[in-house]
Amino acid sequence: MDQFTINLLFVGASFALYIGIAIWARAGSTSEFYAAGRGVHPVTNGMATAADWMSAASFISMAGLIAFTGYDNSSFLMGWTGGYVLLALLLAPYLRKFGKFTVSEFIGDRFYSQTARIVAVVCLIVASTTYVIGQMTGVGVAFGRFLEVDNTTGLFIGAAVVFAYAVFGGMKGVTYTQVAQYCVLITAYTIPAIFISLQLTGNPIPALGLFGEHAASGEPLLAKLDAIVTELGFNEYTAHHADTFNMVLFTLSLMIGTAGLPHVIMRFFTVPKVSDARWSAGWTLVFIALLYLTAPAVGAMARLNISEMMWPNGGVNGEAVTVQQIETEDRYDWMKTWQKTGLLNWEDKNGDGKIQYYNDKSEAMQAMAAEKGWTGNELTKFNRDILVLANPEIANLPGWVIGLVAAGGLAAALSTAAGLLLAISSAVSHDLIKGAINPSISEKGELMSARVAMAVAIVVATYLGLNPPGFAAQTVALAFGLAAASIFPALMMGIFSTKVNNTGAVAGMIAGISVTLIYIFLHKGWLFIPGTNSFTDADPLLGTVKSTSFGAIGAAINFAVAYTVSGMTKPLPAEIKALVESVRVPRGAGAAQNK
Amino acid sequence: MADNSSNDAYWSANLRIIMISLVIWAVVSFGFGILLRPMLSGIAIGGTDLGFWFAQQGSIIVFLILIFNYAMRMNKLDREHGVDEE
Repeated sequence: MDQFTINLLFVGASFALYIGIAIWARAGSTSEFYAAGRGVHPVTNGMATAADWMSAASFISMAGLIAFTGYDNSSFLMGWTGGYVLLALLLAPYLRKFGKFTVSEFIGDRFYSQTARIVAVVCLIVASTTYVIGQMTGVGVAFGRFLEVDNTTGLFIGAAVVFAYAVFGGMKGVTYTQVAQYCVLITAYTIPAIFISLQLTGNPIPALGLFGEHAASGEPLLAKLDAIVTELGFNEYTAHHADTFNMVLFTLSLMIGTAGLPHVIMRFFTVPKVSDARWSAGWTLVFIALLYLTAPAVGAMARLNISEMMWPNGGVNGEAVTVQQIETEDRYDWMKTWQKTGLLNWEDKNGDGKIQYYNDKSEAMQAMAAEKGWTGNELTKFNRDILVLANPEIANLPGWVIGLVAAGGLAAALSTAAGLLLAISSAVSHDLIKGAINPSISEKGELMSARVAMAVAIVVATYLGLNPPGFAAQTVALAFGLAAASIFPALMMGIFSTKVNNTGAVAGMIAGISVTLIYIFLHKGWLFIPGTNSFTDADPLLGTVKSTSFGAIGAAINFAVAYTVSGMTKPLPAEIKALVESVRVPRGAGAAQNK
Repeated sequence: MADNSSNDAYWSANLRIIMISLVIWAVVSFGFGILLRPMLSGIAIGGTDLGFWFAQQGSIIVFLILIFNYAMRMNKLDREHGVDEE
């Protein structure tokens, strides 16, 4: 059986499973559609939240970004897990106690203002849509590879599947489907990592293998990797090269953003009790950590394998891999299959029949290249987003592992895209239409408008996904910045302050998200349209602050504006103070709330 | 419903636990993982230093401990102050 058929079988079987579960648990009433009837156990909820959370960015993109940058991209690891501490301590239990369906409902009630609710909805839609763009980038890569078509075709097919999938089930379908998706994605991520860790270090646990010994050389794996990449003129893998201030801000933005993303927060409305909301955040992080502790090992080991593969005869001082080897040898098959997607390419620039892979920006390497007659790096294109999906092929693992990874990548992208679309559609239909524009809308009309909103969101995301503002994880990082600057501060002040009033909260959210959005658009192009940017992240407007790191500053602006404006306007009414007091204690939390 | 003075004590106890947890949260990630990494460079672990380990693994493990510890303490605190769910 060829690889294409195996991939098709694995992907087909996993899809059949999800669809089966979705039909079995098909949503009925609106309340079930949004919050799964609130009868979900914390562990189950944790697993589903983990699947919802770990998107194409975590599964497909993150290890690739770590692999090619090393230590400097540790921000993704700390940022996307550290946010759960904020979520568990500062938000989850209180929002569950408050007991409504959506994040913007809390903001609307707590700040006793319809305007606050609508501003929150708009912030939420902006952040979620940006997030979906990142997912579509990943979906394009995954479908492109497994159907062996180019990236753009893959993206269109993927978009159609995501839409069909999200529209036919509500949250309940999504909750149990996501448990299945978690199982598929974690198996798909871990199994190749175990194989590769065994090959390289003899240790079956990749997270330990990373700090273990490289079996072939007897040196520590990371020391070996440092030696190989510096030999090729790249930065030392484990060393700190990035700007420290930007790294701190970026990590903080990802953390705050995690705690401000509506599709994750919504999850904590679905547990039966306040105490369960606390546990649930912990369980979610357990399931996320299983992947996040493996990811840095996947990155480092893949980088080592690729470097050795391009220089199979004893490193840079031996001979580079030949074009003929790439075209004929089985172990280079992955390069040919990925070339079809347009995301990997090579070119024998100096016509010596070999492909030299090195950092042609490094001065030492330029001197060496001049001496040896090289005319630039010949591995001309290596999209970071292909690394995880290509990893089992690079390590020459059996065909079924490759099929499994294809299914896992799709599970990650689909589950998150579906969760986000749900958040967007409930924001539009429940908060915007039912809450503000037409309160007398029928339940059927509400469901209908939810589906229309989903369709619009996916069309926009697909269009922008064709020219994404970055690799999947980078685009997703922008979404986190937007959530960090708008939703998180409003929620936190809503719970922890009895000073911040309606005007303050609205002014804070508007200031936070506008400044952040403008900063992002200045660097990534207006509405992410390429070529309309005035600055680049290589040379940002403010010192070393990249657009992906700006969320933390946006959040600070939000807090500052909210407190200042509240200080100048009328204090909170007594009943809102009472509401804040009651949110702070678990007693009296409603059971499964239905309308 | 418990009276207000008990609720105030409950809330300040909660805030204290949150503060301590967040200090640890910041120290392991922004501290050990990034800013204080040079200080930990002397402690070798698997071909690199302890700061690298905190940045790529250690902080995540500490985050997990922090959340479960918080859930446990708070659920106990709820009962002590009589504000738990019945």
